[in-house]
Amino acid sequence: MSTHKSILIKPKPYMNPYLAGIGLGLVLLASYIIMGRGLGASGAVSTVIAVGVNTVSPAHAQGNAFYSEYLGNGSVNPLKDWLIFEVLGVLVGGFVSGIFAGRVNKSIEKGPRISNPKRLFFALLGGALMGFGAKLARGCTSGQALTGGSILNLGSWAFMLCVFGGAYMFAYFMRKEWL
Amino acid sequence: MNLPFYKFGFFGAETGLVFAFLIGIGFGFFLERAGFGTAKKLAAQFYFTDLTVFKVMFTAIVTAMLGVYFLSSFGFMDFSLINVVDTYIVPQIVGGLILGIGFVIGGYCPGTSVVACATGKIDGVVFFGGVFLGTFIYGEVYPIIQSFANMTYMGKVTLPVFFNIPYGVLVFAVVLMALGGFAGAEWCEKKFGYKKPVEVSNEN
Repeated sequence: MSTHKSILIKPKPYMNPYLAGIGLGLVLLASYIIMGRGLGASGAVSTVIAVGVNTVSPAHAQGNAFYSEYLGNGSVNPLKDWLIFEVLGVLVGGFVSGIFAGRVNKSIEKGPRISNPKRLFFALLGGALMGFGAKLARGCTSGQALTGGSILNLGSWAFMLCVFGGAYMFAYFMRKEWL
Repeated sequence: MNLPFYKFGFFGAETGLVFAFLIGIGFGFFLERAGFGTAKKLAAQFYFTDLTVFKVMFTAIVTAMLGVYFLSSFGFMDFSLINVVDTYIVPQIVGGLILGIGFVIGGYCPGTSVVACATGKIDGVVFFGGVFLGTFIYGEVYPIIQSFANMTYMGKVTLPVFFNIPYGVLVFAVVLMALGGFAGAEWCEKKFGYKKPVEVSNEN
């Protein structure tokens, strides 16, 4: 795992966090100006899951209020979804930024005191918790904290405080994974 | 000017998908530039060693908040046409706590894991797979938890409306809070941050 070829270029340092924040904020503002909506990520996953379940068992998907909400009324293909196209853009934008900075390389990101399989197990577990929690909260860090935060949505601010609160409370138990 | 363009019918839903893709490129670009493609940098936020997550997030919130505030108060943008997600306060508090715990266990959030996938991080790919798994589990148990998930519905409610404080005053308060937070974050990093030589020694 430690040998990767693309390290011929030394990775460039990250952008100043305040400048990156202004850039991110302007992208979000552009989204409001053009579309009247903010950014998101977890919603795209919900649509894909709903379509997947509907393909395997239409009766099961359409009898479930959660899946059927993402399937629409049948007049448009549910995969022609704003968030799905946005997330595809995130994939491209992340790659473009990474390649020009020499940061695209096959690796597993973790602290020095944890094995690769354990780290991957925690990645799966954390992802599953996030997927589940984001549905209860009606959005994730992108759709709620960032987007809702900037238009001062009450639920978004309560959510954001709880994300940071939950993470700080639990950080002690995960220190072997990161430190 | 009539903003937002889409809501005033300047273009249709199909064209909107093109903008979705372009906006996504910008979003992914700045997430990666900030260093959010690696779980190590994101998780460091919760050990006070690197507060980039807080700094980037609150700079972005303040930037967009000021933009929307000034565009709407000068009459360029109709704030009532902006999508505001409904508040369900108790499920959102519980969901937020679950998300926070998932953040420090998994090291990413859904959006940043997409950037990690794009830059070859195996743990990012596995995490993103986990998001699919968690969403599927939610869908399957939804009939059981439906009443909890929909409790304490409050509709579209913003902080100025809820606390009955003028929009501009709240915007100003958030800016002050963010500036205070940035000062605190810089102080924290000086006190708990990594020693520089450790960071540079990662040569292979």
